[in-house]
Amino acid sequence: MSNLTDLTLKAALDGLASKQFTSVELTQAHLTAMESARALNAYIAETPEKALQMAAASDVRRASGDAGPLDGAPLGIKDLFCTEGVGTTAGSKMLANFKPTYESTVTSQLWRDGAVMLGKLNLDEFAMGSSNESSASGPVINPWRAIGSDRKLTPGGSSGGSAAAVAAGLCLGATATDTGGSIRQPAAFTGTVGIKPTYGRCSRWGIVAFASSLDQAGPITRTVEDAALMLGSMAGHDPKDSTSLDLPVPDFSAFVGKSVKGLRIGVPKEYRVDGMPVEIEALWTQGTAWLKAAGCEVVEISLPNTKYALPAYYIVAPAEASSNLARYDGMRFGLRAAGSNLTETYENTRAQGFGDEVKRRILIGTYVLSHGYYDAYYIKALKVRRRISDDFDSAWTQCDAILTPTAPSAAFALGENASDPVAMYLNDVFTVTVNLAGLPGLSLPAGLSSEGLPLGLQLIGKPLDEGTLFSLASVMEKAADVSQRPQSWWRASS
Amino acid sequence: MAIDVATVRKVARLSRIAEPEEVLPALAEQLNGIMQWIEQLAEVDTDGVEPLTSVVNQGLPLREDVVTEGGDASRVLANAPKSVGGFFVVPKVVE
Repeated sequence: MSNLTDLTLKAALDGLASKQFTSVELTQAHLTAMESARALNAYIAETPEKALQMAAASDVRRASGDAGPLDGAPLGIKDLFCTEGVGTTAGSKMLANFKPTYESTVTSQLWRDGAVMLGKLNLDEFAMGSSNESSASGPVINPWRAIGSDRKLTPGGSSGGSAAAVAAGLCLGATATDTGGSIRQPAAFTGTVGIKPTYGRCSRWGIVAFASSLDQAGPITRTVEDAALMLGSMAGHDPKDSTSLDLPVPDFSAFVGKSVKGLRIGVPKEYRVDGMPVEIEALWTQGTAWLKAAGCEVVEISLPNTKYALPAYYIVAPAEASSNLARYDGMRFGLRAAGSNLTETYENTRAQGFGDEVKRRILIGTYVLSHGYYDAYYIKALKVRRRISDDFDSAWTQCDAILTPTAPSAAFALGENASDPVAMYLNDVFTVTVNLAGLPGLSLPAGLSSEGLPLGLQLIGKPLDEGTLFSLASVMEKAADVSQRPQSWWRASS
Repeated sequence: MAIDVATVRKVARLSRIAEPEEVLPALAEQLNGIMQWIEQLAEVDTDGVEPLTSVVNQGLPLREDVVTEGGDASRVLANAPKSVGGFFVVPKVVE
């Protein structure tokens, strides 16, 4: 009973089903862990009363034989998902007092299936960032530390709170979102599993918008099986999102543990970037060896436009963001700052409400969409996006899935990349292509660096082929056997 | 195509973000750094390539033009910075 926060989501659901403990006990154990882990700053808001209420209701449902697929499982919710009656800040001063009167589709499906909400998780402001340092609530601290060091490391971003909470046992799983790598990079930095499904799998309705043609929700969990379970509840068609795919949700769990014999795994030569640490290169090779041992065939492939993905992204995403964030004008919701006339009210509201990175992206977006630059930048970037997508289409004639590193380094120190926006952007060099092409991508922990920090590998799939990713990832998870958890230093310090 | 202080001032105005005069030079330098890095896109041959605006291979769905959820002004106004009698209150627009 003392280790309820160490259970996987699957084991916890089994324990609930076999009456080893109640959801109230399981939830209380997590609330206690959260209280003693405030040093990590993973949660922007803890919702203990709501959690215990939902847990008690779950116990009643279970007693009457009425339990859903996630019934009684306590989860953390990235503070980008609107939750009815519970503040939703998007990590921004702009929404510091915003209390949605509606529930996002993804979270409503989790509650439909019985899950319990523990609280709202920290993130980069409006999900813009790769280190969680742009949050108005301050950075999240990675539960992992390098061996023999107490330097504070980033959990990655933008879903840094989600990844840190899952790694530290502050929830059984967490929702996250990914526009350029915001699920997969934090998962890699914290030794957790994260999947960004095919664009359109999860409804975007009720998720605070960043770049609508790229944003997708997905889970961060401690195991591949848990990710499959959670995605099964999060995905599904929603008429309220016009880009939501009207397709049945496969039984993702059924793919976990399935044979991968005969699958062809592509290794893109363009992902061998300059300056990549030797140990990441070695881990990548190790990953291919695990898949070969399981009967896969490994083939070298070419994705020739890879190096142009990030610059194209930094036109497309800010352009969409500048348009999406135009809604924050201080009139209908969010912050309103005083001004001597209407325009000044707008300008002061946005100057005070947005942080530096968000402002920077709005300015870039406005610039590339402005008169005289629209064709040169925005249309050009969309054409490059097509070429990147075409690269994948031709790769699929040679392989069934692609294996790459998730990030070009292990977790870096807070503050290390803060002064150079482009250096920060390079974190997403391996993940961003997947968003531009709308493909599913999964990051799983594959080993530890020489400093004892988690390193991740990424599997990229064909559109709608999350199932194959779960099969491959479960084979690799077994082979990697990364069972180490971060040492709970944060408890001692509190 | 360097971004100068005048361009930043103009773009900030278009973005409706008050940027004090003294931060403009530093901001111009930052945005230039980013845009210079982006310039490498010019190397990609995109002649005859169609811009990719959506990765969803389905047409936009249509629905009946009827009210689905509505009729509850209090929910719409719940987060308004200022409201009176079922209306948003905004600063004076016409002098």
